[in-house]
Amino acid sequence: MTATTVLAVRTSPHAHSTRSVEKIMANVVFALLPICGYAIWLFGISTLALLLATTAAALGTEQMFCRASGKGSTIGDFSAVITGLLLGLTLPPGLPLWMGALGAFIAVGPGKMVFGGLGFNVFNPALVGRAFLQAAFPVAITTYTSAKAVGRFTEFVPSTLAWPFMKAAPITEWVARTKVDGFTGATPLMLQKFDHVTTEPWSMFLGERAGSAGETAPWLILLCGLYLIIRGMMSWRVPAAMLLSSVVLAQAFHMADAARYPGPLFVLFSGGLMLGAMFMATDPVGQPVTPRGMWIYGILMGTLTVAIRFLGGLAEGVMYAILLGNALSPLIDNLTQPKTYGERRKAVA
Amino acid sequence: MLRDKQPVTITADTHPFLNGLWKQNPVFVMVLGMCPTLAITNSVKNAISMGLATTFVMVASYGMISAIRKLIPKQVRIATFIAIIACGVTVVDFLVKAISIPVYQALGAYIPLIVSNCLTLERAEAYAGKQPVVKSMLDGLGMGLGFALALTCLGMVREVLGAGTFLGFPVFGSRFEPWVLFLLPPGGFISLAMWLLFFAWRKERAAKLAAAEATQ
Repeated sequence: MTATTVLAVRTSPHAHSTRSVEKIMANVVFALLPICGYAIWLFGISTLALLLATTAAALGTEQMFCRASGKGSTIGDFSAVITGLLLGLTLPPGLPLWMGALGAFIAVGPGKMVFGGLGFNVFNPALVGRAFLQAAFPVAITTYTSAKAVGRFTEFVPSTLAWPFMKAAPITEWVARTKVDGFTGATPLMLQKFDHVTTEPWSMFLGERAGSAGETAPWLILLCGLYLIIRGMMSWRVPAAMLLSSVVLAQAFHMADAARYPGPLFVLFSGGLMLGAMFMATDPVGQPVTPRGMWIYGILMGTLTVAIRFLGGLAEGVMYAILLGNALSPLIDNLTQPKTYGERRKAVA
Repeated sequence: MLRDKQPVTITADTHPFLNGLWKQNPVFVMVLGMCPTLAITNSVKNAISMGLATTFVMVASYGMISAIRKLIPKQVRIATFIAIIACGVTVVDFLVKAISIPVYQALGAYIPLIVSNCLTLERAEAYAGKQPVVKSMLDGLGMGLGFALALTCLGMVREVLGAGTFLGFPVFGSRFEPWVLFLLPPGGFISLAMWLLFFAWRKERAAKLAAAEATQ
């Protein structure tokens, strides 16, 4: 009796990594959780409610679009959770919950699902949602509460609980009543741009300042980003290029006119630069795939960020810089294709 | 858009008036005349005025084009159509100015631009240049009112969300937070996309229902 061995014939790749999209996405969520925790500690239950609202709306929208397209649910791949959390982290802590939920709907619906879902979106979904909110509600999105307000764990910021479609209650009175000495409702970038008061970079590094919910603590964002980089789940080139280029450009501006332009450390630790460089510019869908392309992409975004902050009318430029970078990344990929072995460049006449 | 062939097939069984108003709606089905559709639909009033102005131009000029269609040499027909449409546009320009200066200022350059609206030229080329006078005028009326209907749909979304009003009357009360975006150009694109999505969804559902009925 001879045993016949059945040989399986399959095409390559034959070696598989145990990594899957779900696993990497879940790790990104783990990396975001400490930042969320810090934001909730700094700004209180309003931020908790905002993060819950954006995440729930992102998941709900994903489920709705999956059902409408009849292709099965993709809710389990954690990408909608990331979008919801990231969007919540980029919003002012006292933003009305309905605006946060609307932003999450725009982020996941028109920002991702209409392109065909995860992997097909041109732009970072969370930033699409934020860009929509910025264009639709320019006042609400630039109204910041102060950090470490008294009673932040027992009462909501009055603007948080606005009725859907209705204006938020004014919060100046609330900020004045609850603020701790030394904290203001204005972000360091706004103070610098509109009042010409430069905040000490070291105190910004520690993170106890006003700002969007998750952008205030550069040390924590760096640590969480490093976790992903060390585990090989995120490219180090993009954040390195973006941060380095913005520092270099800021230093050049600072040397030209020190009274007008703040120094490179201020630029590095203020606004959403750290959060954007670590968690949004590195969106695997939106970034180029070639190493050279990643450097170009990062440098482009760092340069744009500083250019918008210093030369434009807005206080913060990270969002538009990343969205523009996303738009250019297919082009960058095309221009930086590696040469095949033995290929010769066409002679330029 | 300026092709010798007919870009849109005319179904013989539809009434020319209903054809333009619904079945081949200029904006939602043929996606023509996008420039005014996106530019001046930031309020319902502007949208209705623009729709009516275009309707007037189309009815008047198509009657004339159709009446002399056998006299127009084929080689210069486009130029002739444009000259005739331009006459209608000039009349509308003066009419709107006489009726309401604010509306005239709000519509601005878009009234003279009706002459270069691809919708007006497309219907002249595809229909009025070949069909008898009454049918051509009915087609112009249907297409024009269909255009006005579509513009009003867009204007409604944009004004209600962007300013919280409908024809200037507040809808949500004074505490409404306006979505400024919808009064800006991106709002035009977003609301047009939403309407097109709605009609595409309806069409797909109708096809599915028809297929299900056929199998039964």
